[in-house]
Amino acid sequence: MSPIALSLTLIFVLIPLLLSRTLNLGLEKDTLIATVRSIVQLFAVGYILKFVFDSDSYIYILMMIALMIFAAVHNASKKGKAIPGISWKITATIIAVEVLTQGILLGFGIVPATAQYIIPISGMVVGNSMVLSILFLNRFTSEMETHRNRTELILSLGGTPKQAVHTQLTDAIKASTIPTIESQKTMGLVQLPGMMSGQIIAGADPVQAVQFQLLILFLLLTTAVVSSILLGFLSYPSLFNERMQLIRQSND
Amino acid sequence: MTTYEPAIHFKDVRYSIDGNPIIGPITGSFPAGQITTLVGPSGAGKTTVLKLCNGLLSPDAGEILVEGRPIGSLEPTALRRKVGMALQDAPMVNGSVYDNLALPLRLRKKELSETDAVSWLEDVGLPADYLHKKATELSGGQRQKVSIARTLVNHSDILLMDEITSALDRGSKREIESLITRINEKYGTTIIWITHNLEQAISIGDFTWVLVAGELVETGESRILEKPADERVRRFVKGELQ
Repeated sequence: MSPIALSLTLIFVLIPLLLSRTLNLGLEKDTLIATVRSIVQLFAVGYILKFVFDSDSYIYILMMIALMIFAAVHNASKKGKAIPGISWKITATIIAVEVLTQGILLGFGIVPATAQYIIPISGMVVGNSMVLSILFLNRFTSEMETHRNRTELILSLGGTPKQAVHTQLTDAIKASTIPTIESQKTMGLVQLPGMMSGQIIAGADPVQAVQFQLLILFLLLTTAVVSSILLGFLSYPSLFNERMQLIRQSND
Repeated sequence: MTTYEPAIHFKDVRYSIDGNPIIGPITGSFPAGQITTLVGPSGAGKTTVLKLCNGLLSPDAGEILVEGRPIGSLEPTALRRKVGMALQDAPMVNGSVYDNLALPLRLRKKELSETDAVSWLEDVGLPADYLHKKATELSGGQRQKVSIARTLVNHSDILLMDEITSALDRGSKREIESLITRINEKYGTTIIWITHNLEQAISIGDFTWVLVAGELVETGESRILEKPADERVRRFVKGELQ
């Protein structure tokens, strides 16, 4: 893409800005911040990736992945403040999912062990795991709040914390993974996935683009389900103390 | 005057949330095999006392003895089976009446036979054909009866009742009252019952604890409510404290 063509894409930023101004929507400031941030962040990542690809060093690859995980944990932790030690639990979840998926991809030789494959795929896995963690935490904390009396009922009948949160936990795991599964059902019919579209625009063979997209879809399925389950089982024990009492009880 | 062994004894028990005292210091006993009612204005700490009794909460200070043993020495799940609790709004788990009755045993990976389930239902005055009814289809009074039967499945020695009749009509209230009296007489179960209804406290309770602002201001045989010694209890009985 020529610099002039790239500059012309800013028309797509001007349209919402003008509409927001005309209709007094108050979106100008956020739109401008989002535009500037995306330009700076993407170019920075582009140059960093170029450097990492050229150097072809595993240390830089690991540093890139660590940076992605750090940013993802920082973002997702905000949603789980009610759960003690949530940052470490999300970190452990994302690292486990990354190790599992990369282990299968590289172990079976599905993709070559080069920065060109490892970094973009890691980005998708870590990003997806972060979104799933946020969805799960939102749902789980609201389930626990709504069904507090059910939790208390099971405990009062002599149940363990695991038994007391079982329904809330499985409901939250299901609810957070359903969007991933549902979106896969309409994939290719309603929308062409971003990565596949990008490859086709860049001149790749559409069938090869589809093959890579399938790889990513299946990968994200594992990422979604494993992230929710792992985070769920790491999170619920923190809601109870050693006397099997719900922490932060409400009383009359 | 007959003296009774304490089923549960509180010794200088305090409980607070984020530094705000909720109850205490409280010292007193719930006599074994008797019905003790727990009365007091809203926010007096009555539910907190019940939750301390079955270990859903732990005191910040003081000691609670259950049948003479420190509560902390009892394993939490065993304690909660020994000291059962029927919650105010009688929450039901999804499924049938049978699923709810079987719940305490399923938590221990055991099953409840249909014959036993019917016998528990009949014990609380519900016909056998209710067994496969959906729990969501029950009326308030029927839910409370199922909730009580579900607590009985654990063969608890001590039963805690948290305002179980407050939302019921007069007929259902009378039925639950005679049910609790029957359970107390049939199994010798110690009953600790929170009620807002002073008439009920006097007619059903052998003993009474009166709590005001987290303090145990009067305790003794239920007739103390007829001629209270403490000024705050007098005001509460007159309806001046809600």
